[in-house]
Amino acid sequence: MLAIDVVSTVFLALGAFFMITGTIGLLKFPDFYTRLHATGKCDTLGQILVIIGCMIYEGFTLITIKLLMVSAFYLLVGPAGTHALMKAAYVTGLPVWKKGDKRM
Amino acid sequence: MILPFLVVGIIIASTILVCSYRAIRGPGTFNRIVAANVIGTKAIVLLILAGYIIERPQFIDIALMYAAIAFIGTIIIAKYVERGELCSR
Repeated sequence: MLAIDVVSTVFLALGAFFMITGTIGLLKFPDFYTRLHATGKCDTLGQILVIIGCMIYEGFTLITIKLLMVSAFYLLVGPAGTHALMKAAYVTGLPVWKKGDKRM
Repeated sequence: MILPFLVVGIIIASTILVCSYRAIRGPGTFNRIVAANVIGTKAIVLLILAGYIIERPQFIDIALMYAAIAFIGTIIIAKYVERGELCSR
């Protein structure tokens, strides 16, 4: 029982680390596109690691199947949403940050 | 063994609070949209963790519904900003 607790805690901590990383990228990066790059990692990787930690803690029940459904759904639609946002910004003509420019 | 869920939940709630800076101050529409998208993702994770903290696993169904709604909202806002209209004949 102790090993399961330790492994699930490690996965939860990894997920929290990626969440914090995505937030720092959202605040510190200079451009919309680079911010989108940072938050894409935060969306898929952090969320899936936290859900894997919950699944390991839970064992094999119906709740594990539901967690797997949430995780698989978000793994499918998260990159699609990110891509749609990026394409909308690029078609609209949002300027791209180059090295030496001012932050925007 | 409720403490790791509680600690990770508090961490994610504080990152939501930090993300709302970009949602309020961020220059332009797209920065606000990406901040709202990230806040939606973190809210899903926070719902699942809250279900474990108060020992009510029914919260996972709410998280599944919220994932669908957040995705549809993101897609619709992106397409609206791109085209300037929602339904084109």
